[in-house]
Amino acid sequence: MAVAKPWWQGEGFRAALLSLILLGVILGVWHLATLPKVAAGPALSPEQIEYMKLMGKDPAAQGDSAGSNFPTLAQMGRVMWEHLTDPFYDNGPNDKGIGIQLAYSLGRVGLGYLIAMLIAIPLGFAIGMSPLVHRALDPFIQVLKPISPLAWMPLALYTIKDSAASGIFVIFICSIWPMLINTAFGVASVRRDWLNVARTLEVSKWRTAIEVILPAAAPTILTGMRISMGIAWLVIVAAEMLVGGTGVGYFVWNEWNNLSLPNVIFAILVIGLVGMVLDGAFARLQKAVTYVD
Amino acid sequence: MSTDFLKIEGLGKAYPGAPEPVFDGVNFTMRRGEFVCIIGHSGCGKTTILNTLAGLEHSSTGHVFMDGREVTAPGLERGVVFQGHALMPWLTVRQNIAFAVRSKWPDKRKTEINAHVEKYVQLVGLGHAIDKLPSQLSGGMKQRVGIARAFAIEPKMLLLDEPFGALDALTRGTIQDELLRICAETQQTVFMITHDVDEAILLADRILLMSNGPRARVAEIVVNTLPRDRTRAGLHHDPQFYPLRNHLVDFLVARSKDLSHGRAPEHPPEVRPGLVALNEAAA
Repeated sequence: MAVAKPWWQGEGFRAALLSLILLGVILGVWHLATLPKVAAGPALSPEQIEYMKLMGKDPAAQGDSAGSNFPTLAQMGRVMWEHLTDPFYDNGPNDKGIGIQLAYSLGRVGLGYLIAMLIAIPLGFAIGMSPLVHRALDPFIQVLKPISPLAWMPLALYTIKDSAASGIFVIFICSIWPMLINTAFGVASVRRDWLNVARTLEVSKWRTAIEVILPAAAPTILTGMRISMGIAWLVIVAAEMLVGGTGVGYFVWNEWNNLSLPNVIFAILVIGLVGMVLDGAFARLQKAVTYVD
Repeated sequence: MSTDFLKIEGLGKAYPGAPEPVFDGVNFTMRRGEFVCIIGHSGCGKTTILNTLAGLEHSSTGHVFMDGREVTAPGLERGVVFQGHALMPWLTVRQNIAFAVRSKWPDKRKTEINAHVEKYVQLVGLGHAIDKLPSQLSGGMKQRVGIARAFAIEPKMLLLDEPFGALDALTRGTIQDELLRICAETQQTVFMITHDVDEAILLADRILLMSNGPRARVAEIVVNTLPRDRTRAGLHHDPQFYPLRNHLVDFLVARSKDLSHGRAPEHPPEVRPGLVALNEAAA
């Protein structure tokens, strides 16, 4: 007979507790590492201070930054609060709220990804259903797939002549491959029996594709789409650092140029969280189309 | 003969690279409403013959005629029950059968399709499981759904590829009884592959014995002379049962391997071992 465990012995609770402890340790180390250093050694004589000032090393200025410009937890908290309370301000081209920047990035990713999907899924069907098409396109896919998406950037900038569209193109080119390859694989490995059922029932090619092959291959296709979204979100940051103007990638780069590390760290956290949410959404979709055989 | 519903003429299948065809010179006929089982060792090409009848595969030589027309492609007038049930796991029982029904009658209204589906699900006794997914059913229940799906399109002929091979003996017995009942009710013409001699005696009107490959053939046609109202429970009390059964087993164990390489006749003789034994006992 199974005895219900008290809640504090459940694995979920214990895992959450461990996560909290880890977070505490990380924040603790951060806090200790950024503590202002107590002035070490004997106090300097006025002559020595004067000499150091002449050499460009102001002991007073060095003292309160503790020898490191890494932000303290308190500084981080202040910056985060500022951003979260006013995410949509717009003070001109180089000073926009994180919400606006995120919207730009998500818009680019969404558009590039959508175009990739519209091409990859039908093309993947064609490759998966026809060995001839598979063999004809395979060399192209094998060569194009391993190219870093950013390597396309100069070509895109030259031909498209528009930095925003080039960013979208880079997202398109990086997210097309996993979707294409997974769709082709999923379609090609649909069980023969199911196709034979459709054949004996004289089901048309089109209806077979929609009602048999698509649901049969859906879990594999969704896996490809999930991988693609992960890659697109990785690439958008780098792409926006290059093309500049707007987006979280540009935000990170701009704050680096401002030497504002708290802003950089905040942006990194936001990128991670948004990536997590996107992946979670695809995980749910994946679960919805998965079937037990 | 004009009464032959199905006619197989000189059927053969050779695979490229193999020195001899798997089977050749396969000839037999079937009447309307007849239940025919085919028995033979693995690798003699039974499934290929069935797939050719279904139109899913093409033979290298010979022809299949059904109702006076040559079979060249799969069609709705032939229902197939596959070895592994071949249900689509993302569809419920109802949706799986509705998929078949919609294929046969695309213009049927939703309510009509539903009523039709329910009728055939009831026929195999699965009314309580109609909205379940295949993964929630046992192996026997899945196979029943496969049978219901094949019957639901009301085909002229039913092709069963060893449908009970993966089931335990008890389940198998129950479904055999069901199949027997449904076939008697619907006067269905059935061609079935089996490895089970008792199953063949219970279900079949005639049993085709296939010799071993390569160049396998239908070597002999055994007419089942047991009364047609036979049941699984009373089968082994019939005086014809053991003579018939021994004849089949003897063929499989001893004779079939000597008839490979085309040593079996192209036009198989019809024998009645059950009746012969009965007459001998009376004399």
